Amino acid sequence: MSSATERRDFEATKKMKGVMGKYFMELTQGPQQGRKTAWCTSVGPAELLRALGYNVYFPENHGAMLGATRMATDLIPLANARGFSPDICSYLTSDIGSYLKGESPLQKMKMPGPPKADVLVFNTNQCRDVKDWFQFYGREWNVPCVGIHTPRAIGELDDSLIDHVAQQTEALVEPLEKAAGTKLDIDKLRETIALSKQCTDLWKTVLEAAANVPSPLTFFDGTIQMGPAVVLRGHQDAVDYYRLLLDELKQRAADGVAAVEGERFRVYWEGMPIWGKLSSLSGQFTELRTCVAASTYCNSWVFEALDPSDPFRSMARAYSSIFICRSEEFKEQYIQQMVEHFRIDGILYHDAKTCPNNSNNRYEMPERLRQKLGKPYLVVNGDLNDLRLYSEEQTRTNIEAFVEQLAEE
Amino acid sequence: MHYFCGIDIGASAAKLVLLDENQQVVARTIHHSGVDYAQTADHCLADALSAAGVTRQQIAASLSTGYGRDNVPWVGGKITEIACHGKGAFFHFRRAITVIDIGAQDSKVIHLDNRGRRTSFKMNRKCAAGTGAFLEEIALRLNRPVAELNDLAERSTREVSLGSFCTVFAATEILAKIRAGEQVEDIVKGAFRSVVKRIVEMDTLVGDLVMTGGVAAHNRYLATLAEEAFGTHAHMPPDPQHVGAFGAALFALERHEQGE
Repeated sequence: MSSATERRDFEATKKMKGVMGKYFMELTQGPQQGRKTAWCTSVGPAELLRALGYNVYFPENHGAMLGATRMATDLIPLANARGFSPDICSYLTSDIGSYLKGESPLQKMKMPGPPKADVLVFNTNQCRDVKDWFQFYGREWNVPCVGIHTPRAIGELDDSLIDHVAQQTEALVEPLEKAAGTKLDIDKLRETIALSKQCTDLWKTVLEAAANVPSPLTFFDGTIQMGPAVVLRGHQDAVDYYRLLLDELKQRAADGVAAVEGERFRVYWEGMPIWGKLSSLSGQFTELRTCVAASTYCNSWVFEALDPSDPFRSMARAYSSIFICRSEEFKEQYIQQMVEHFRIDGILYHDAKTCPNNSNNRYEMPERLRQKLGKPYLVVNGDLNDLRLYSEEQTRTNIEAFVEQLAEE
Repeated sequence: MHYFCGIDIGASAAKLVLLDENQQVVARTIHHSGVDYAQTADHCLADALSAAGVTRQQIAASLSTGYGRDNVPWVGGKITEIACHGKGAFFHFRRAITVIDIGAQDSKVIHLDNRGRRTSFKMNRKCAAGTGAFLEEIALRLNRPVAELNDLAERSTREVSLGSFCTVFAATEILAKIRAGEQVEDIVKGAFRSVVKRIVEMDTLVGDLVMTGGVAAHNRYLATLAEEAFGTHAHMPPDPQHVGAFGAALFALERHEQGE
């Protein structure tokens, strides 16, 4: 039986479960099939790894699973005891806690756990924590840990910066070929980038559907639907899946089907999801007839610059363009465009205690944007995975009061 | 005559205000919130009806607010304490104001424009700093009843500074101050100052300063310290602890008149 606060799921989601299941199965079977496994940060050079024949595993996806299943809160203390501070990335601490305890949500999918890496490849475009995280496993398994150091707070993406990142990406080829035991086929890389670009374009179109009023999808849907865009970009399965989802979305929009029945207000979610509370938050917003229509987070896997004719430089451009490594000015402009495009009534900033790099309320941005756009904002204190840092009651009251304020506007 | 009821079930105390059609308070009651909010709400209502000589049937509309707002079965709706404290405070000060509500478990800073419209609000983070819970912990460490804190703070002649907002760290600091022979009243004043400092950093002051909530109501010296910190007069509405319930009753009346 469905209730008024239940999320209206997509038919396509059933298919996604199969797509993701196949991906995880291939990861498990990799060693038996003679395939090497590369760990890759979620906004790392996945196309290069796929082109070299690696099975590509994204530990941040595992981190999100640990959060969503609320296993994280019990596992983080194990990493804390080992010497990883409770103040650093809780994806890192929950994943390392999971490794130390030998417990993982993947076990419910009949996998023994995350696959052991043959090589770990990071990009610090998100933060330094991803490198520290990967280096832990590099030491544990005595495998190479290589990566790209992307500058931070990037304003304009000029040629020298692109050259700098592209050169680092190209420099990865040799150690990655060595670990893979194969040579890079540049045509294979172009082909993978072309698939990745198709995936990214489709994913962007999916998210664009939320510009419809009422919106046929919410940020909470996005956090579920983004799975293939993160772990299967560069793979035909992701492209096929998003075509299917897009057909359903177009139909929803044409039929005027609202993700939130009786949508009164539209909110923008800035910052990380609170993985362990997505369901209750989605329920509360639905009850308040408020659609969290768009987010920076879900749009972070849109890489428009990818171009198969210029593989390394376009990868460098794409992965240095992402919101998280950009300047405050860029971020403000980006949010402004999103607010206008998605006809947003108010902005919710999630101040994630252990994710300073993706908490954009800390340098007065909410107030600046309020003055500029005339839209009210709310800051919710919480965390991506560590629910010890989240107060359910305070958040509920804050959100309720915020929607009251939107009604007054 | 019709009456309008607002009930504010807070973390520590449940407050109820009964208004007549002319927005006049005819009864106000208070009980410990306890663990059975529905029962506490019944007690508050029964006391108010008896005090005002009003029957339950004469209540035309009721609204609940506060932490326990979902647990009052007989109200027609709920509204947050942020809205209610704003509404209640603006009733008395009809101009642009910043409402600072210090409650048992949380503190709020609410900005209202000169029409009473909320322009922004902030709640404390997941932390007891700047709330009544902080002062309760300090009272426990000093082995003094909470009710004595205000008098103690007012008697202080020399302030002892507490460096930490954190309730646990502040309590540890207090143990060190006691060992060092500091006077209890000076330590209490330091604790009051700490609450005010935490509030000051939550948001800016826009318009006139109005303080509401049980903590300020019972510890008026906090308002004195807030005046020092903000450099402006701190207004207090009549019966600051009931401002949330009063605001809820005003909303109930307003919605009734609007036919909702």
